[in-house]
Amino acid sequence: MERTTLDMWVGAFVVGGLIALLILAFKVGNLSGYDGSETYQVYGEFDNIGGLKIKAPVKSSGVVVGRVSNIQFDNKTFQANVEIRLSKNYQFPKDTSAAILTSGLLGEQYIGLEAGGDETNLKNGDKFKLTQSAMVLEQLIGQVLFSKAADDGGDKKSAQGGNKKAVVQ
Amino acid sequence: MPHRKVGFGLRSIGSTVVNGVWRLGFASRFFLMTLISSGASFRRFHLTIREIYFSGVMSLIIILVSGLFVGMVLGLQGYETLQKYGSESALGSLVALSLVRELGPVLAALLFASRAGSAITAEIGLMKATEQIAAMEMMAVDPISRVVAPRFWAGVISMPLLAAMFSAVGVFGGYLVGVVLIGVDEGSFWSQMQAAVDFRQDIVNGVIKSVTFGIAVTAIALFEGYDAPPTAEGVSHATTRTVVTSARAVLGLDFILTVFMFRGV
Repeated sequence: MERTTLDMWVGAFVVGGLIALLILAFKVGNLSGYDGSETYQVYGEFDNIGGLKIKAPVKSSGVVVGRVSNIQFDNKTFQANVEIRLSKNYQFPKDTSAAILTSGLLGEQYIGLEAGGDETNLKNGDKFKLTQSAMVLEQLIGQVLFSKAADDGGDKKSAQGGNKKAVVQ
Repeated sequence: MPHRKVGFGLRSIGSTVVNGVWRLGFASRFFLMTLISSGASFRRFHLTIREIYFSGVMSLIIILVSGLFVGMVLGLQGYETLQKYGSESALGSLVALSLVRELGPVLAALLFASRAGSAITAEIGLMKATEQIAAMEMMAVDPISRVVAPRFWAGVISMPLLAAMFSAVGVFGGYLVGVVLIGVDEGSFWSQMQAAVDFRQDIVNGVIKSVTFGIAVTAIALFEGYDAPPTAEGVSHATTRTVVTSARAVLGLDFILTVFMFRGV
């Protein structure tokens, strides 16, 4: 058995296919963004997680420091329990607060961490003390409408009060 | 006489069904025999290499050219639509996701069926018509392990490589039209693409799809050739059936696989 030109073509074909797969994995896909560094888990309880999904990024100052690894509904507190895996390279104080934010106007939702001032750091299995839920557009509009209505009602009352005062005078 | 027509109709329905089931059973046994007697195609790997050359390497040109044009069309059409919503920066993720998840595996498999599958059917059909297969059996050479199995494994190996190249070239075509020609921002094109395409979820699933299509297309082509009536007409019909059945199988399997893979997780 000896080498033939056919072998060269087939070898080039296989190499080309593998290169295409590598391009897909690293240039098109997010394999390059994956770092094998060790992680630790922290938990956060949110009243409302909005459209947060598993694998959503966790950012602090805009830098990705971890990912959401699990989301469950807690049947006792009636809150969403979000499990976050943070990279061991990043340590945060114990009183760090977590908020669910939206990137851009219609972008994906992520968790933003705001570092606190505590001396001790978050450990594996710790919970965020301070959390802020996702904004829900309907609730936001509702709040605006209610506050508007309350303002209008207040104005009318004060106006009536003024009239009465005027009458009394 | 109407009752004779009815009887004739019933008989033809019955024979169609029985023939179909019979043929399906034969096809299953043929597929199983191919798997069982495929040891030789790895022990004497040069047989498989030869078939990879004929079905894989020779399909390269059509796969690469089609991939480039499909990517370029995706870039143009995607831009037209996305630009209405002011989100043309998502062009990269649109092109990459549609290629890696669907168009790459499916179109590469359809092209492979018409370029390599039909050739396999015609070759094996003619080998049978000219009694080469019978001659092999006479010489105690198992035609399944000598002729059929190497072609099967060559197809299974070639298909994912071809689909990957199709997708990669397609993404490049989308880049050419989107970034170079139209002027979408290059940074957001690539970064949105990388944010949207997941390795496990999208690329590995695409490879699984293309391996499945490779198995289906090659098995259909081999069986149609092996089962073809040994006449010129029979071989020509078998070649047509290969392309038609492969296309149906690929599109049907694609739907089933997509349901299991991307059910809105």
